[in-house]
Amino acid sequence: MPTISQEYKTALRSVSVDLNNDVSLLIDIPDALCERDKVKFTVHTKTTLSVFQKPEFSVPRQHEDFIWLHDTLVETEEYAGLIIPPAPPKPDFESPREKMHKLGEGEATMTKEEYTKMKQELEAEYLAVFKKTVQVHEVFLQRLSSHPVLSKDRNFQIFLEYDQDLSVRRKMPRRCLVVSSRTWLKSADEVLISGVKEVDDFFEQEKTFLLDYSTKIKDSTTKAERMTRAHKNVADDYIHVAAILNSISAEENTALKKHLDKFSDMFEKLRKVEGRVASDQELKLTELLRYYTRDIQAAKDLLYRRARALDKARLKSKDVAQAEDNQRQCMQKFEKLSESGKKELTSFKGRRVVAFRKNLVEMAELEIKHAKNSVSLLQGCIETLKNC
Amino acid sequence: MERKPPPFPDSEEQEAHSEKAEEESGDDDDDDDDDGGEDIFTGNGARTAPLVLNAQDLFSEEGSYPGVQEPSVDNQHASNGLRSDDDEQDLFAEARVELSLDRSSTKGIREVTRSSPSAPDISYKSSTSKMSFEKPEEEESNDKFELNIAVTHPEKVGDGMNAYMVYKVSTQTTLPMFKSRAFSVRRRFSDFLGLFEKLSEKHAQNGYIVPLPPEKSVVGMTKVKVGKEDTSSTEFVEKRRAALERYLHRVVSHQNLLQDPDVREFLEKDELPRAVSTQTLSGAGFLKMINKASDAVNKMTIKMNESDNWFEEKLQEVENEEQQLRKLHAVVDALVNHRKDLCGNTAVFAKSMAMLGNSEDNTALSRALSQLAEVEDKMEQLHQEQASNDFFIFAELLADYVRLLGGVRNCFDQRIKTWQRWQDAQSTLQKKREVEAKLLWANKPDKLQQAKDEITEWEAKVTQYERDFERICATVRKEVLRFEKEKSNDFKVHIIKYLESLLVSQQRLIKYWEAFLPEAKAIS
Repeated sequence: MPTISQEYKTALRSVSVDLNNDVSLLIDIPDALCERDKVKFTVHTKTTLSVFQKPEFSVPRQHEDFIWLHDTLVETEEYAGLIIPPAPPKPDFESPREKMHKLGEGEATMTKEEYTKMKQELEAEYLAVFKKTVQVHEVFLQRLSSHPVLSKDRNFQIFLEYDQDLSVRRKMPRRCLVVSSRTWLKSADEVLISGVKEVDDFFEQEKTFLLDYSTKIKDSTTKAERMTRAHKNVADDYIHVAAILNSISAEENTALKKHLDKFSDMFEKLRKVEGRVASDQELKLTELLRYYTRDIQAAKDLLYRRARALDKARLKSKDVAQAEDNQRQCMQKFEKLSESGKKELTSFKGRRVVAFRKNLVEMAELEIKHAKNSVSLLQGCIETLKNC
Repeated sequence: MERKPPPFPDSEEQEAHSEKAEEESGDDDDDDDDDGGEDIFTGNGARTAPLVLNAQDLFSEEGSYPGVQEPSVDNQHASNGLRSDDDEQDLFAEARVELSLDRSSTKGIREVTRSSPSAPDISYKSSTSKMSFEKPEEEESNDKFELNIAVTHPEKVGDGMNAYMVYKVSTQTTLPMFKSRAFSVRRRFSDFLGLFEKLSEKHAQNGYIVPLPPEKSVVGMTKVKVGKEDTSSTEFVEKRRAALERYLHRVVSHQNLLQDPDVREFLEKDELPRAVSTQTLSGAGFLKMINKASDAVNKMTIKMNESDNWFEEKLQEVENEEQQLRKLHAVVDALVNHRKDLCGNTAVFAKSMAMLGNSEDNTALSRALSQLAEVEDKMEQLHQEQASNDFFIFAELLADYVRLLGGVRNCFDQRIKTWQRWQDAQSTLQKKREVEAKLLWANKPDKLQQAKDEITEWEAKVTQYERDFERICATVRKEVLRFEKEKSNDFKVHIIKYLESLLVSQQRLIKYWEAFLPEAKAIS
C-alpha cells in the first residue's frame, strides 16, 4: 500500500506558505498508510517545549481524530475570537476507484499496452489524491502549531502525544450532536449576521467582503474542478489514440509506417505533458481555491461567533441588576472577541494574498514550462517527419 | 497567412467574418462570378481556400499545407501498372461490342438500374477510356495540367421542409477538355450523390475504386431546413461543405474518373437534371450494398482457386485496416468531444474567476485574478480551435478512409463476381455441348443447328468473360497500388498538418501565460 516520502511532500507544499518554521514545535506527517478506506497518518513531532514528555515522538492518527481536534477547538469559548483553521476534508478515493473499476470492465476492448498505460495513469491519480490528503492534514496541524494561542491548547497537545487510540476520548454521540447543531446554527447565523447592525466599520467591511467572496470562491472551486477533470479526459484520450496508431503501424509496411510510428510516439509523449499540466493545474489552482473556500468559511465562523456574542450582549433581561451585570460581562467578552478577531482577520487577509501570489506564479511558470516542452517535442517530430 | 482549416463558426477569425456575413445574408448571390473564383484561389479566408490537387504527385510538396498552389494533373497513365498500351486498346476494341450484349446477364450488385439504355453508355465510356490511353502518347512530352476545385458558399434555397442547401463548385483549370479555364456552377447535395451513382455504376464493376461521397443526414439537414441558426447547424453545413470538397478532389485525382464525361458535366454544366434515384442511394447506402454483396460473395458455392495469394492477402489487409481505422475514428471522436467539454468548462471557469476578481478587496490580487480570467478566456478559444482541428484534420480524414476502404473491398468483390460469371459461362458452355452431343445421337438436324449456334455464342462469352476477368485483375492491382500511394501521401500530409496545429496552439499558450506571469508577480 502506498506511502509517501519527504521529497514528494516538499513539492506539495503549495497552498499555504511555510508554516513549519518555529523550532520549538515542529510537526509533520512523514508517513501514511492506506488500508482500504482508512488512511493512517503518522504524526511526527519535534519540540523543545517542556510541556511535552519527550523531545521527539510519533503517533498514528486517523482522519476522525483530526475532526475531533477541530471540533473541540471550535467549541472552546476562549477561542471564539480566533479563526480556527478549517478541518481537513475526508480522504476521497472515490474518483480513482470508480475509474479503476471502469477500466477493469473495459479491459477486453483495449490492447495490453493501452491497459497498462491507463492503469499507470490511474495509479498516479490515486497517488495524487493520497498525497493531497496527507498534505491537507499536515497543513491543518501546522497552522495550529504556528498559532500563538492555539498551539498551547491542551487537546492539541494530547492529539500530538497520546500514544493510545484517541477514539476513547472522542465520545462519539456528542460529536454527532455537535455536527447537527452546527448545521442548524449556520443557517441561523446567516440570518443573524445579515441582520445585526454593525457598530464597527472594520467588521462591517469584512462581513460584506467575506459573505460575497465565499460564494464566489466556492463557485470558482467547482468550476475549476470541472475544468481540470475535462483536461484529464483529453490527456487520457491521447493514450488511446497512441495505442491504436501503434497497432495500425504494426501492420503497415509502406513508407507510412514511419510516420504512424512517430505520430503514435508523439501522442504518447504529449499525453504525459498534458497529464502533468492537468495535475499541476489541479494542485496550484483548484486546490488553492478549495483550501481558501474552507478558510474563508472559518473566517466567517469567527464573524458568526462575534455576532452571537453581540446579540447576547444586547439581550434584555427582566432582572435589572442581573441584566446589567450580564450585559457588562457579555460586552467584555464581545470586545475581547472583536479585538482578537480583527487581528486574526487582518493576518488572514495577508496570508491569503501571499498564498494566491505564490500559487498563481507557480502555476503560470509550470504552464509555460510544459508548453515549451510540448513545443520542442512537436517541433522535433515535425522536422523528422518532413525529412522522412 | 497560412490556410487554416475551417474553424467552428463560433470562433471565426477576423478574416472570415466578412465572408461569413456574405454567406449568411443569403441574398441571391453569385452564380458564377469569376471574381468569386479569384477570392477562392488566392487562399484568403479560412473557409474557402481550396485543397491543392494533383492526380499523380498528390501532395508531393514538402508536406506543408499550402494556401495556393499550382498543381498538375498528370494525364499520363499510372506507371505502376502492369499494362502495355497495345493490349488495353485491344481489349477495349472488343469490349465495346461484347459488353453491350452482355449487360443483361451481368450479375451485378446494381440494384438501382437505370432506365436509359445501357449500351450507348458503355460504348461511350469505352471510347472515353480509350481516350485516356491515347493521350499518353500525345503527352509523352510531359505536359502538366492544372486543376483546382473548391466547394464554397453554402446557401439555403427555399423554405421549410422543401428547403435545401446549394454549394458553389468552382473550377480553375488548364485542361483542354474543359470549355473554359475558370468557371463555377451551383450544385446541391443530391447532385453529388447522383454523380457518385453514375460513376459507381460505370466503373465499380471494372474494379475501379470509386470515391464515396459524404453521408446523408436526416437530423442534420432537418435542422438546417427548419431554419435553426445555431452552432450545430452551421457546424453541420461546414462539415458537409468540406466533405464535398474532399470528395470532388478524390474523384478528379483519379485519371479514369476524370475522363468520365459525367464528371466534366458535373463541373461545367449550368443545370443538371435532378438526380431522383439518389433518394435511396448514398454513401451509407452504397456501403450497405457492398456489405450485402460481400456476404453474397462469401456464400458462393464455388470457391475461387487463387493461384496468386496477392488478392487474398490484400483483401485481408484492407479489412483489418478498415476495422482499425474505425476504432481510431471512434477514439478521435471522443477526443473532439472532450476537448469541446474542456472548452466549455474553461469558459465557465473564466467567468467565475472574473467575478471572484471583482469581489477581491486586495487591489493587486484583484487585478491578477481578472487577468487570470482573461487568460482562461483565451485558453477557451485555443481549445475551441484545437477541437476544430482535431475534427477537420484528423477525424474527418479517418472517416473518409473508412468509407474509401469499403470501396476498395467492393472492387475485390467485383473481381470475384467477374470470375464467377466466367465460371458460370464455362459450365453453361459445357451443358450446351452436352445438349449438342445428345442431339447428335437423337439425330434432329434442325435443333442441332440451334445447338451449334448456342455453342458458338457461349464460346465467345467464355472468351469474353475470361478476358474481363484478366482485365479486372490487372485493374484491381493497379487501383490498389494507386490507392495505397494516395493514402500514404494523404496521411503524411495530414499528420504533419495536425501536429503543426498542435504546435501553433502551444506557442500561443506560452504567449498568454508569459503575459500573465508579471501580473501574478506584481501581487503584494
